[in-house]
Amino acid sequence: MSRQMDNRPKQRRPGRMGPGFGMPVEKAKDFKGSFKRLVSYLKPHRINLIIVLIFAIASTTFSIAAPKITAKATNKLQDGYMARMMLTQIGNGQKDGLKNIEKMMAQSQLKVQTDTQPNTQPNTQPDVQLDEKSISAIQEFMMLPKLDTLENGDEKADTIEKIINLGKEAPAIYYFMFKDSIDNGSKENAEDNLKFTDDQINSAIRAVRETNGEYDFRYIGMIALILIGVYVISSLFSVIMGLVMSGVAQKTVRDLRREVDNKLNRLPLKYFDMHPHGDILSRVTNDIDTISATLQQSLTQIITSVITIIGFIIMMFTISGVLTLIVLATLPLYIVVTAMIAKKSQKYFAAQQKELGELSGHVEEMYTGHKIVKAFGREKDSIEKFEEVNARLYNAGWKAQFVSGIMFPLMNFVGNIGYVGISIVGGIWITRSILGLGDILAFIQYSRQFTMPMVQTSNIANIIQSTIACAERVFEILDEEEEIADSSDAVVIDNPKGEVSFKNVAFRYKEDVPLIDNMNLDVKQGSTIAIVGPTGAGKTTLVNLLMRFYEINAGEISIDGTNIVNIKRSELRKMFGMVLQDTWLFNGTIKDNIAYGKENATMDEIVRAAKAAHADHFIRTLPDGYNTVLNEEGTNISQGQKQLLTIARAILADPAILILDEATSNVDTRTEVLIQKAMANLMKGRTSFVIAHRLSTIRDAELILVMNKGSIIEMGNHKELLAKGGFYADLYNSQFTGANLENEAV
Amino acid sequence: MIRLYRFLKPYTAMVIGVFIFVFLQTLGDLYLPTLMSDIINKGVMQGDTDKILQTGGFMLLVAGAGVICAIIASLLSSKVAVGLGTILRSKVFRRVESFSLHEFDKIGTATLITRTTNDINQIQMVTIMIMRMMIAAPMMAIGGIILALRRDKPLTLVLAVAIPLLGIVIGLIASKMIPLFRLVQVKIDKINLILREKLTGIRVIRAFNTVERESKRFDDANVDLTENYIKVNRIMAFMMPAIMLIMNFTSLAILWFGGIRISEDNMDLGQLSAFTQYAMQIMFSMLMLAMMYIMVPRAQAAAVRINEVLDTVPEIVNPKEIKDNYSGKGYIEFKDVTFSYHGAEEPALKNISFSAKPGEVTAIIGSTGAGKSTLINLIPRFYDVDSGSILIDGVDVRDMSQENLREKIGFVPQKAVLFSGTVTDNIKFGNDGATDDEVRRAAEIAQAAEFINGMDGGYNYEIAQGGTNVSGGQKQRLSIARALVRKPEIYVFDDSFSALDFKTDAKLRAALKNEIAESTVIIVAQRVGTVMDADRIIVMNEGEIAGMGTHKELLETCEVYREIVSSQLSEEEIA
Repeated sequence: MSRQMDNRPKQRRPGRMGPGFGMPVEKAKDFKGSFKRLVSYLKPHRINLIIVLIFAIASTTFSIAAPKITAKATNKLQDGYMARMMLTQIGNGQKDGLKNIEKMMAQSQLKVQTDTQPNTQPNTQPDVQLDEKSISAIQEFMMLPKLDTLENGDEKADTIEKIINLGKEAPAIYYFMFKDSIDNGSKENAEDNLKFTDDQINSAIRAVRETNGEYDFRYIGMIALILIGVYVISSLFSVIMGLVMSGVAQKTVRDLRREVDNKLNRLPLKYFDMHPHGDILSRVTNDIDTISATLQQSLTQIITSVITIIGFIIMMFTISGVLTLIVLATLPLYIVVTAMIAKKSQKYFAAQQKELGELSGHVEEMYTGHKIVKAFGREKDSIEKFEEVNARLYNAGWKAQFVSGIMFPLMNFVGNIGYVGISIVGGIWITRSILGLGDILAFIQYSRQFTMPMVQTSNIANIIQSTIACAERVFEILDEEEEIADSSDAVVIDNPKGEVSFKNVAFRYKEDVPLIDNMNLDVKQGSTIAIVGPTGAGKTTLVNLLMRFYEINAGEISIDGTNIVNIKRSELRKMFGMVLQDTWLFNGTIKDNIAYGKENATMDEIVRAAKAAHADHFIRTLPDGYNTVLNEEGTNISQGQKQLLTIARAILADPAILILDEATSNVDTRTEVLIQKAMANLMKGRTSFVIAHRLSTIRDAELILVMNKGSIIEMGNHKELLAKGGFYADLYNSQFTGANLENEAV
Repeated sequence: MIRLYRFLKPYTAMVIGVFIFVFLQTLGDLYLPTLMSDIINKGVMQGDTDKILQTGGFMLLVAGAGVICAIIASLLSSKVAVGLGTILRSKVFRRVESFSLHEFDKIGTATLITRTTNDINQIQMVTIMIMRMMIAAPMMAIGGIILALRRDKPLTLVLAVAIPLLGIVIGLIASKMIPLFRLVQVKIDKINLILREKLTGIRVIRAFNTVERESKRFDDANVDLTENYIKVNRIMAFMMPAIMLIMNFTSLAILWFGGIRISEDNMDLGQLSAFTQYAMQIMFSMLMLAMMYIMVPRAQAAAVRINEVLDTVPEIVNPKEIKDNYSGKGYIEFKDVTFSYHGAEEPALKNISFSAKPGEVTAIIGSTGAGKSTLINLIPRFYDVDSGSILIDGVDVRDMSQENLREKIGFVPQKAVLFSGTVTDNIKFGNDGATDDEVRRAAEIAQAAEFINGMDGGYNYEIAQGGTNVSGGQKQRLSIARALVRKPEIYVFDDSFSALDFKTDAKLRAALKNEIAESTVIIVAQRVGTVMDADRIIVMNEGEIAGMGTHKELLETCEVYREIVSSQLSEEEIA
């Protein structure tokens, strides 16, 4: 019956499929309990999980360490760069300085004199004024070895240090050194060169001492090699982690699916009648899929994210505490932005979901009722309503998309604020040689990558929430009450005759709605019981009780004198054959479908059953004969043909008792005749409960049960019931004699 | 999918806006590393604190401008994408509403629903993604490459190696993974199928005691799916590490070769750091592009389905010249009508001729598949005939406007369909202008008044979608009331009493008798009792008229009729 319902497009519960950012999150009822329970499913895999954890830690640690190691290479590069810059500048300055000094001395412009009055030398540069200290400094400057003649880094460094110290004592030296560039007007250049901070000069001198103005590619190369190793190992670990994890999540979910399936096998029919199939289906498929996705992705993600965050913070602190604080200071900004947007976005997403639901509802209704809409010419109204909802959906939709869309840019902006902050502070610190360039670059790398795991963890919280809600729904199935188990001394009836008796049977589906009370019935082997009544009057109730799909409330039902409670369920059900109007065949070959009732049936038996059911002929006209696969919707054979197959199936199963539905609506006349013949074949010599539609069946039946609204209101044979003049008589007259009633009613 | 973007026309300005703002935002993103390199070169290396502060402040400005551009782009792209979805939905819905039953049969109701809702949502989502990423990614990549080239040409060679390598690795993994992903979907469907069969067939399964066999079937599918998933995951496990490895090696290569370039005085440190960042930006854009290539094909399938709907032209349209020179009130005439469903080998109706006058009841009887419903579906022109013609009041139905034609008809379908809304809404569906009194009267005649009054809120009782909160018989009576309130010239009842119990059926028919005395009535029925006293009974058999006349006449002349009657009535009753 709910086959149709299942075919409807599934309406997704919001926030289901790995909720995107800002979607409303489904809350679990008992988060803690369900969480623990879900975790318990991971227990068999704990060794694997530990391996995953170890490799995750290792892999992340390596990848965290990499920027720091890179920083060493970059710093070395910076050292070389600085040293070379220092050497070229000071070296050129030394040369120029000596040249200029000599030139001036030659022009006698520069004399060793004590007279400091500028007026005596009107044509010389007024800014060259030398006192004794300067003179001795210049003398010392001239004595120094030339930088480009020196081989040793230490000597070079010493010389540079001396030049700089001398320059400090006597600024004139700087003047001589960079006179050319000053004269050329590129004053900037000279000033730039002079503007090194003391710290920078010191570290540059250190760099000269260490590198001798050469780039230390051996060192950088070594770092590079280490880095290659680190990267490879980190990737390798991460691959191993993924490989180990690939089994864990899927196997856990497989076991869960298996458990649910086994549970479904033990649940009483009541459960299936009370719960929409679509809902059960969605729990076993969609919900479990969500759990699977979460275990697969989020579990590793949460491990790596947390380790990464901690690792990053540690690494950043080792580089610079203050800079780390700058990064951490942006955290509240992240939180504020996230919280603000999440609140808005959840509101809009909920609105969008609501409008979408309404729109889908309208579309579904209008399309399924298309004929009526057309017949009554209401297309315009339908379109009008659609446009109205569509407009509302637009309004809610673009807002939801917009708000969730600005999330990333805003996060990025917050990240950029931190980035700029670090650039500024870091830049200034480099000038003071507190940090190397490499350190700053590494730090920037850390801080930029910091955003990702932060966003991930905040997302994971939501994902886990909705996953637990999914898990809860699955657990609900697992916690349902099961069918009463067969008693240990349950009997097996060999060669059942098919005598059925009801003794004081009472039954009700709902506590307060009595359905059957004190029913007594004795059916002899091979007799036919006709059940008559308006459609849906309770034929399933009878099936439910006889086959013990439901437990009766009082009294007993026995077969061949044995209370069915004492018969093994599987044996009990084997005694029955069912041919109902809503045929159930599965997606498989016709052969397999007929053989469904009897394992290891031979082809011969199958064909014989099909012949007895008058199905053989049509089966042979199909392109693949008995091997024709019934498609998913079962549309490749007609409704009547399906019914013939179920009859063949029942014939092959050879039950002692039959439950038949004579109704043959949606069946063409010819097949209808075939079905009737086949049913007659089937009923021969078997006790049959027939939901009767044909007059002959009713009249020939040993017993007629008149049912209305689920309960049996009259009982007896045709003559008795007619004589009684009750419901049956009424029914009989109106159904089979037609118009007579009209005059009465007017 | 591109074809669908023609509907973006009203949003042209906004789309251009998105391009502009995304471009500006990309410029900003690209400019930041440049500024960073300035900080290093002009500030840090020269020890110029002012310069550092200045440039830093400027960076903040650029970042701020970037985020504003991004927000505006997001605003515009949301409006554009959701607007596209809205337009598409409206177009598709309008088109579907104009379809005749024939197009519905051809495409299928369920998939039409999916196409109007889910498929369009998918297009909308992908459009947003395209606006957010696919526009920015190529700009970023190209801009990044240009800037990288400007910094240092030889070093760009590193990228010339890295990018194709990245492409190959992603392509290789994706080519292995995508077929497996498809298989996963197939296997999930398989599990769903088995489970659904299990649920719908639970009684049969338990009755045949095949629980264990079904369990095994499920578990086989379960294990199969699990193994497939594990395969996918194994390949996936290589994806991210491989990509990261390539990225890391790229930046390492840039450091190494950049170092060499610096040692040769061809480059400085600031440029190196900027270059590294450009390289990363380029690689990330490449990744995003790769992701789009995985996403777009899925939307493509949805787009094809939507286009199919939009390209389907309804077969039945109003004529250019509408005739309304009616010569009567409800006079129906079939003239040698032959009709076949599309793709059917045999015509469903062959050479049908008959006429029905106001004040007459014409009953149609026959077994399932005989063409009864098909015949009456032709009267409101749900389908067009192959040959012959159907005249209503002397005018061919194809020469009337569909609205005028259907205004004359009160149609009660076999399967009663109600809509969500109150009982009154549902009855008024037949006639918007009906007064409350008229609604009540229609309900009374249809024998619905009693149960309506028993409902919570009576005529204001809310009927759920699909009418799930009323019984089949109640639905049928409401749908009869809906036709009655229309006061049409022609009534068409398609086996509309089947869900009623016999007493109600009789009462209803008695009450109807007076109400519809002036109109032309066509009744399709299965029960002989229902048709026995009609003015004219048409017996259908395999698409042809097997006999026509009154009950008595047919008993004498028509073999098929006698068969039908004898299967339902006993000898004495026939007489």
